[in-house]
Amino acid sequence: MDAIPPLPLSQPPVADAVGLPPPLVTVRGLGVRYGARTVLRGVDLTVGAGEIVTLIGPNGAGKTTLVKAVLGLVQPSEGVVERAPGLTVGYMPQRLSVDPTLPLTVKRFLTLWGKATDAELAAVLEEVGAPAVLRQPVQSLSGGEMQRVLLARALLRRPKLLVLDEPVQAVDVHGQIALFELIARIRRERGCGVLLVSHDLHLVMARTDTVVCINGHVCCHGKPEDVGRHPEYVALFGRHAEALAVYHHAHDHAHAADGCVVAPGEEHRHHHDHGDGVRHG
Amino acid sequence: MDDFLLRALVGGIGIALVAGPLGCVVVWRRMAYFGDTLAHSALLGVALGFLFGIGLNTGVVLVCVGIATLLTLLQERRTLATDTLLGIVSHSTLSLGLLALAAMEALRVDLLAYLFGDILAVTPADLGWIWGGGALVLGGLILIWRRLIAMTVDEDLARVEGVPVRWVRLGFMLLIAGTIALAMKIVGILLVTSLLIIPAAAARRFAPNPEAMAVLAAAIGALSVALGLGASLYADLPSGPAVVAAAAALFVASQVIVGKSL
Repeated sequence: MDAIPPLPLSQPPVADAVGLPPPLVTVRGLGVRYGARTVLRGVDLTVGAGEIVTLIGPNGAGKTTLVKAVLGLVQPSEGVVERAPGLTVGYMPQRLSVDPTLPLTVKRFLTLWGKATDAELAAVLEEVGAPAVLRQPVQSLSGGEMQRVLLARALLRRPKLLVLDEPVQAVDVHGQIALFELIARIRRERGCGVLLVSHDLHLVMARTDTVVCINGHVCCHGKPEDVGRHPEYVALFGRHAEALAVYHHAHDHAHAADGCVVAPGEEHRHHHDHGDGVRHG
Repeated sequence: MDDFLLRALVGGIGIALVAGPLGCVVVWRRMAYFGDTLAHSALLGVALGFLFGIGLNTGVVLVCVGIATLLTLLQERRTLATDTLLGIVSHSTLSLGLLALAAMEALRVDLLAYLFGDILAVTPADLGWIWGGGALVLGGLILIWRRLIAMTVDEDLARVEGVPVRWVRLGFMLLIAGTIALAMKIVGILLVTSLLIIPAAAARRFAPNPEAMAVLAAAIGALSVALGLGASLYADLPSGPAVVAAAAALFVASQVIVGKSL
């Protein structure tokens, strides 16, 4: 795409370096209650420029609520959410349910609120790998195409921060790998921060700088390989992780073919052909 | 052509031109039952309009806006499923309206005219109200159109992109309330929703984009009014139901046409 040299995947921006720009988003002591039910409490989170932060956690853990608080869609009952001044956010919702009675082409969907020239639309659809859908009705898109179009809409705003809520829903495993690869590439090429929600651990972990494991509160956070060893993480995801590891293994071939990175998570090392810590990309 | 018939036609078409585009949004946002509930509450508005001497139209608009606001607040609390909530509000306001009208002994109202409309009794003053108010509603709709479609597609996405969702939603409810007040005279409160929904549904398969669907729905609505009034004149049928039946026939025809072309 452009001439900016890609950041090596294994070297996330270092948080404690001197003279680093302030984070895009800082969440401190965040709590959210719906009526009498406490969904989140005491959550701290920062997303820096060019950083990919992944929220993982079981269903109902409050991941989407946290994302909505970051976006300003949910009012915190305690704590603060600070966004960098003038921060442009591109948001990709979990899913889009457009009523079949609404005649809406992809082109119209992409220009519903913002403005974009035909050339810009073509370029952004090319970038997300869905170049041929411009004139199709949005209801006719496949799951993977829909996610790519949603991503394109978020990118059209030229965001400094991309917020992606379960971006690989309704996409098969090959498609998921391709989508995560795409997100990593967008981060490299555009240098934007990414806040990502995922229930899937392995595919996403290797492309993440920081993992935050959420279950009503922050269970643990840190680099993917550290979080993968954390007892709270293992307690939450132990069995799930194992099941996924088998699944993952079955698709090792595909990883190699398209040069994708394989997650070096603890819990499936014994399945892995390439040995610990090997990353190819 | 008789004067009263001409007035009926002009009034009915005026309503159809407003109800078509607005009805499209109602269909897209899956608010058909919501519209029905507001329409039912309009009878309470009629009663209160008489009771407080503020006029029937003002009463209807005020009650519809009040009920719409109440529904939105209750919906946000999420204690009941929306359809249950709408069912409760819809039928209790209708009953309260009937009770209030019955209680006002001094007043002898033609209840059937409110329930099913009396398009042949449209006065020149009504025409001014319909076309003036209709232009206002359409103007308002055009003003919020882009925002409305953006939030119909995804409300969170629209909010993140800076659409003032709450204000647009409130504005849209005002427009529905106004349309119900306008259309009540023509088709009556029990059939108002049909003028919103049926032309929009009939227009769907032929429309390449939202605007085309709105224009097409307005045209189909106007055609329904003309056909219904014609049938009403020649076969001596009640006019409100005749208009709705004509719209339904056009909807069926639209499905058949699409079916053949596939």
